[in-house]
Amino acid sequence: MVNDNMKKLIVAPAPHAHSGDSVRRNMLLVILALLPAYVVSVIEFGVGALITAAISVCACVLTEWLISRFLLKEQRQTIGDLSAVLTGLLLAFNLPSSLDWWIVLIGAVVAIGVGKMTFGGLGQNPFNPALVGRVFLLISFPAQMTTWPVPQGFNTSYLDAETGATPLYYLKHIAKTGDTSFVDQLPALKDAFLGVMGGSLGEVCALALIIGGLFLICCRVITWHIPVSIIATVALFAWIGTPAGMEAGQYVAYELLSGGLMLGAFFMATDYVTSPMSAWGKIIFGIGIGFIMMVIRTWGAYPEGMSFAILIMNACVPLLNKIRPQRFGEPKKK
Amino acid sequence: MKTFKIGGVHPRDNKQFSAHQRITECPLPKQAIIPLVQHIGAPAQAVVEVGAKVKVGELLAKAGGFVSANICSPVSGTVAKIGDWTDAWGAPGQAIFIDVQGDEWLPEIDRTPDLIRSCPLEPKAIIDKIAAAGIVGLGGACFPTHVKLLPPPGKKAEVLIVNGVECEPYLTCDHQLMLEHGEEIIVGIEILKRALGVDRAIIGIENNKKDAIEHMTKLAQSKLGIEVVPLKLKYPQGGEKQLIDACIGRQVPSGALPIEVGAVVDNVATIYAVYEAVQKNKPLISRVMTVTGKKVAKPGNYSVRFGTPIEEVIALAGGVPVDTGKIIGGGPMMGRAMDHIEGMPANKRLSGLLFLPEAESIRPEEENCIRCGKCVQACPMGLEPYLLQRMSQLEMWEDCEKHDVMDCIDCGCCVFACPAHRRLLDGIRPAKAKVGAILRERAAAAAAEKK
Repeated sequence: MVNDNMKKLIVAPAPHAHSGDSVRRNMLLVILALLPAYVVSVIEFGVGALITAAISVCACVLTEWLISRFLLKEQRQTIGDLSAVLTGLLLAFNLPSSLDWWIVLIGAVVAIGVGKMTFGGLGQNPFNPALVGRVFLLISFPAQMTTWPVPQGFNTSYLDAETGATPLYYLKHIAKTGDTSFVDQLPALKDAFLGVMGGSLGEVCALALIIGGLFLICCRVITWHIPVSIIATVALFAWIGTPAGMEAGQYVAYELLSGGLMLGAFFMATDYVTSPMSAWGKIIFGIGIGFIMMVIRTWGAYPEGMSFAILIMNACVPLLNKIRPQRFGEPKKK
Repeated sequence: MKTFKIGGVHPRDNKQFSAHQRITECPLPKQAIIPLVQHIGAPAQAVVEVGAKVKVGELLAKAGGFVSANICSPVSGTVAKIGDWTDAWGAPGQAIFIDVQGDEWLPEIDRTPDLIRSCPLEPKAIIDKIAAAGIVGLGGACFPTHVKLLPPPGKKAEVLIVNGVECEPYLTCDHQLMLEHGEEIIVGIEILKRALGVDRAIIGIENNKKDAIEHMTKLAQSKLGIEVVPLKLKYPQGGEKQLIDACIGRQVPSGALPIEVGAVVDNVATIYAVYEAVQKNKPLISRVMTVTGKKVAKPGNYSVRFGTPIEEVIALAGGVPVDTGKIIGGGPMMGRAMDHIEGMPANKRLSGLLFLPEAESIRPEEENCIRCGKCVQACPMGLEPYLLQRMSQLEMWEDCEKHDVMDCIDCGCCVFACPAHRRLLDGIRPAKAKVGAILRERAAAAAAEKK
């Protein structure tokens, strides 16, 4: 009588409940969190932002599928987990919106092909794939990669946008020469905050990126450790190293709001695969990124160092993963 | 509101199905099956012969070692067989089979519902009575209770922590017991305080049982040194180490027992059993079980004599629901999925039966680890489950040991939290077994060298 419904019982070890979290959900939430910044860049840079992102995303997904299907001959395809879509979007965020389509394509193939699949696909790569793609392009096509379109409201043409220097160029010049006449060339702080300035496709609007980042922290996709430690380190470094002729507050604000800092702190450095596991590991990772980036910004050859800083710290992750989380019952770490 | 400090997860509690269902007596079976292992430690040794007539409460099997527990007869009748038996998970063991005749109790057992408040017994006498009654921890671990009450030399208990947390989703038996037998539990707490020589007791109850918190607080008001602490909802708060941390903010060191920080933890159901044994001379012969699930017809809390085949309890709850994929002994986080239910009796270890629909029973396919660190954030012991699983797969036992695999409490938080559906515990459990064996070998070798 009792056994009518018991033809086959399923036996599996505990636990028998799951949070419902999935890789796909995490990737989707990050993509959602990037949308405000993307909307701003479409408004600022026009069609170029649409085309660049479309090429980058499609190329990333296609590259992953081709490699997985024909080179690795995997039974199960992983493009459904949306990680390739996210890599494509992040790569596009790190490129000038007026970049030639074939350069974008090369960047995407390198990002997924070299940056991710060579190591065995999702979860195996030591370096952030989008940044591998970006840095490859930066070194291979330095002129194109540092030609920044100026925001002009919605621009319907793709390639022949008006171009100009980014605030970082001026900041570096001020820091190096002490020539404060360039201060006037900087965008107003309000414009820097809202993203009305030159720069990569997705990095310009600090406000939108902060909103997206806070959303990710609230959804528990990322923790506060990495973004906060990066931002705090950069602020401290800039405050100490404020060049003569600028107010400390003003200089710190410009350093924080320009370049790839917010994008990097909330979206690039927090990439699961290439960041440390434990809370202290994350904090040291963030401090390292902030420090290296400011060293490059202040003394390096490039005006911006976020990508290099993150990649260098990515290489330190296996070492940082030796830092154990606080064990239960263990005396507090100093 | 208090809670433990490291890790933890928030599974949906799903207690609504059986919560506030009054405890219902399950009828006596025709034949009772009494396994000789219903606790942690050595199996009990049968002291009755085939053909013997037994009464309810009579000793059937005596503790087979220091860490072991007596088993008293939950039914009256004739011993039909003592022999091999297999549990619902396929593990072989021994059991005593009793053909039930009538319901005749030992005369010294007080079967009236009267509450007896005063207990004049000396600590030693209380502990002896608890040991004789075969009481074990009914929260799940089934550690013999009298052993906990005898702290090792040099250690002194300072506080009794009463576990009313019931952090496993779905289960409601402890909750209902507090509501219906709160007064007996308070008396039981005073008995244990006396046995341990402590003047302070803390009852920890999670905040999803507000009526139990209120009820127990009211009952404890007039008592000196009994305090109810509402706890923030978080799994695995009912874990011994987590509960101590939540209640008194002390963390038991790795490998040590709660007594190291002056605490003794007992579950409310255990304490109710202590009350019955000490005040009513009634040994541990039954317990409250939750039978529940989304599709169970009559989910509820049933008082079941040990030995009753669970099929009869299931029939009381309306039978096995259509589309059942898993039948779990216990809750969804730490309970074990049964292979079959035929011949499986209610016993000290079984706190509930949970029926999961087929759709919730199949584990999704594992994906690559994305190194998100959510297992590390979830682990209430501060371990690195992703790393332990990998080391276990590579049979790096020494590294497992160095990374404290033996601290794992099997709570399942890591698997629960993993977005890639990785079966972390499937790797960690064998590593615990292996490292445990290595440690025992090492200890044996060291002892041999000393000689």
